[in-house]
Formats: sequence, structure tokens, C-alpha cells
Amino acid sequence: MALRTLVSGKTLGALSRFQQQIRGLQTFTLPDLAYDYGALEPAISGEIMQLHHQKHHQTYITNYNKALEQLDDAIAKGDASTAVKLQSAIKFNGGGHVNHSIFWKNLAPTHEGGGEPPHGSLGWAIDQHFGSMEKLIAKMNTEGAAVQGSGWVWLAVDKELKRLVIETTANQDPLVTKGASLVPLIGIDVWEHAYYLQYKNVRPDYLKNIWKVINWKYASEVYKKECP
Amino acid sequence: MVMVAATTTASHLTSTFLSTPDFCGLSRSLQWPHMQRRCTRKYVPGAISASIDLKPPPYALHALEPHMSKETLEYHWGKHHRAYVDNLNKQIEGTELDGMSLESIISASYNKGDILPAFNNAAQIWNHEFFWESMKPDGGGKPTGELLELINRDFGSFEGLINKFKSAATTQFGSGWAWLVYKEHKLDVPNARNPRPSEEDNKLVVVKSPNAVNPLVWEYHPLLTLDVWEHAYYLDFENRRPDYILTFLDKLVSWETVSSRLEAAKVRVAESEKEMAEIDADEDLDTIEPEDTDMYFGSEAEDAEDFLDDE
Repeated sequence: MALRTLVSGKTLGALSRFQQQIRGLQTFTLPDLAYDYGALEPAISGEIMQLHHQKHHQTYITNYNKALEQLDDAIAKGDASTAVKLQSAIKFNGGGHVNHSIFWKNLAPTHEGGGEPPHGSLGWAIDQHFGSMEKLIAKMNTEGAAVQGSGWVWLAVDKELKRLVIETTANQDPLVTKGASLVPLIGIDVWEHAYYLQYKNVRPDYLKNIWKVINWKYASEVYKKECP
Repeated sequence: MVMVAATTTASHLTSTFLSTPDFCGLSRSLQWPHMQRRCTRKYVPGAISASIDLKPPPYALHALEPHMSKETLEYHWGKHHRAYVDNLNKQIEGTELDGMSLESIISASYNKGDILPAFNNAAQIWNHEFFWESMKPDGGGKPTGELLELINRDFGSFEGLINKFKSAATTQFGSGWAWLVYKEHKLDVPNARNPRPSEEDNKLVVVKSPNAVNPLVWEYHPLLTLDVWEHAYYLDFENRRPDYILTFLDKLVSWETVSSRLEAAKVRVAESEKEMAEIDADEDLDTIEPEDTDMYFGSEAEDAEDFLDDE
């Protein structure tokens, strides 16, 4: 315990990860983006992408690793009340990591297919279930704008019912909290940090524009896996 | 402008009592008769209904610089707060909430936790007004007088309060607010009374709330608040919420305002305790006179004896 107070923040992180690895505890690291920070402009500014990735997502990962280590400790000691107390930190930060990892894959620069509508089975399922791509987008934007406070709006496939659904989650709750059989295809972050520097309070404008960089290729792949 | 003044006056006159915390401090059974009378008023198209106003902060939008930028105030007050006002007025027009005071709308739409649509807008209006008034140019420093005494009593020290407040503001996940409140010691059940109310039982407490929720719905008396929705700090601090919290406490908070809110809260609590005591005195069954025993034992002397002999 005393050793921790002597080391600086950076080495503390390294020390923690080292200790965790000795214990066999998996630590998480920030996944790289498949594109430059500025590559999604003008739909999402490079400034936002950099902050969102390097600060917000990284913080969720750092805190998730910390919470997992504390949980591991508590379980080893049989400390049930601490184990339970940590659940909200795990949901917030673990959820934040899960959600943002999906989000980066949901986005692509226009010159790499961002914004191009899906063909194949997902495109057909969208037309069948919502009537058209425009109607899907309109519905998602309405639900996304209506989220009170912080949260996400999702296009998902229910893998049991083989049906597309639109869902919202609060804060960093992962989609599975709304149904164990829900698999996320597209998630749109509607926390203010996702758009504020560029769109300020006008969340509907952000929602309108983000479709220009949505990576339907990824969504199609996930869909095909669940509905072959 | 004149129109606005007229409606403000009208709403002030008609809802003077309803907008006081006195009213809101009464238990629901005492509030309802008033609300029911108001609800039966028919909506007459074209009549001026009292709408909620967009109240400006008690200082110019640039006055909190460099700690909170003019740009932030322009968006936070000029867009976010304004939108809550415009949207609420649209929502309540022609409904029974139309013409009610803001605090009454909050109470009605909170609906014991099963939140109705008007709540988010109404509570956010109240929260933001309270927030602007919690700050002042050249704020910060330390509280004094009775406020400081109670802080020392309930938090150990001023630093104790600061640490608790910082922690609440930092750990309010997602959107929400951190609060210092004055909490009356009372039971949740409406007709239970604290048999020996004493000032000692009422405490200063730090609490946090998500999204639009505020401590009025828990029947606390708010004294200070900090908005920790991202829009409150993102332009000035980006993701660095802890820096924003420190700046607020060091440079912006108006302890004078907190002190006067505390004074007002204590007066309200004392008045409501007095009222409760008066109500209890009226209803007190122990004040039934001996002659009234006929009511219980009947007029047959024989019955009374049987009852009394039953050991």
C-alpha cells in the first residue's frame, strides 16, 4: 500500500497493470481508430474526435481497470459489500468502454464508405421493418433527441426474434441492459461531449449530420452473423 | 415587454401562496384542496394565462469571467435555459398545469417518481435559476456566521464540506447536479410527527441528483447547487470536470446567498412545525371531555358497568 503513494501517476498505471497481469487479471487498453481524427469532418470535428477518444474513452478504460482490480481484491477477501458497491463503477466505466469501442467501428470517412447505405440482407431488413432508410433515420433521430440527459440511441437486432429494433439506453448502460438478446448494429452517442464543441445545444443537427459518416459495412457484417 | 410584466404580476398575485415554500412544505393532504380548486378553472381561449418567465442571472453574462466564460453563459442561459422555458410553456398551455407556480408544476409532474413529461423542463428551469443565483462575480472565499457554525457542526470543518461537495459533483455520473441542502428531521409518513422537534435534528447535507431531479422532490431545502451536465463546463473545461468544480468553489460560489437561503429555510421549518402543532392540538383525541364518554359506552349505565368490570 505504501509503495503506491511513492510512485507517480504514470508509473502507478504501469505498476498496476503489471500487478494485474501477475494475478491473471485482464487489463483493457484504448483501441486505435481506423481513421485519422479529422477524417470524419465536416460531420464530426477532429477536435471532438480527439477529445472523445483520448480523454473520455481513455478515462472509462482507466477507471474500469481500477474497478476490476478492486473487485478482484474484494472477491479474494470475500468482501461482499465492497464487491456490490463496485457494481455501479463497473457498469459506468465498463459500459463506457464497451459502447465507445462499438462507436468507433460505427464510423468511417466518406471516402471509405461512410454514409453509404447497406445493400444485401441488412438493407432489405431495414426496408421491410421501417419502410425505408429515411424512415429509420427519422425514427432514430427522434429517439436520440428525446434522450433526457446522457445516453445512447441504438439500431439493434434481436438475435432470438431475428428482428431489427431501435432502443435507447441511459448514461453508459450497454444495450444488453435493455434485453439480453439485443445485438448492437449502430450506436450513436448522445452525451453532450459527443457533439457540444461543434453543435452546441443543437443535438438534432448532430444527429442529422452523423449519418454521413455511419459505417454500414460494419453493421451489415454484424447483422449477417446474427441472421445468416 | 409590458405584456410580460402584466402576466408576471398576475401570476405573482394569484400564486403568491402557491409559490412559497410554505405551501410546498405542507404535506400533500393539505396542498390538494388548493390545487383542486385551481384545476377546475376552465381554460378560456384568448385569456392571458400566466406563463413561466426566463429569469436572467443577477449579473451580466460576461461578469463571471475568466472563471466562467461569456460564451458559456450565452449558450447555457441563452439557449439551454431558454429552451426549457419555451418548451414548458408550450407543454402546459391549456392544461391544468397552466397558471400554476413553477414549484407546484414540479411537484405535480414529479408524480412521486413516476415522472410526467413537464417535469424535465420545469425542474430544469428551477435548477438553473437557483444555479445562477448561487454564483456571483468575485465569489468564493469562506462562509461566515451561522452558516459556518452549522458547516462545522455537520461536516467537521469547511474543508470537510468542500470534500463532500467535490466528491458528489465528481461522482454524479452522466448528467445531474450536486447540492448542499438543509434537511429537516422528519419521518416520511405524512401523519407522523417528531414528538420533540429541535433545531439540533435539522442537518446540512450534501446530495447529488441525476438529470433534472432536484431536492425539492425529497422535501429538502436547497441552499447551493452546481450544474454538472456537460454543457455547463464543456466550452471552458472540455472533459475536465474536476477543474470546473474547483473553480466554482474557489471563485464563483456566493456564500452570502447560501446564508440567506439557510435563514429562509429555518424560518419555513419553524413555521411549518408550528402549523403542524396547531393542527395536532385541534385534532387531539385526548382533549375529549368526560361527558363525551357516553359516545363510547352508550347511555345504558349497566353497559358501562359491564365494560368496566371486564378484567
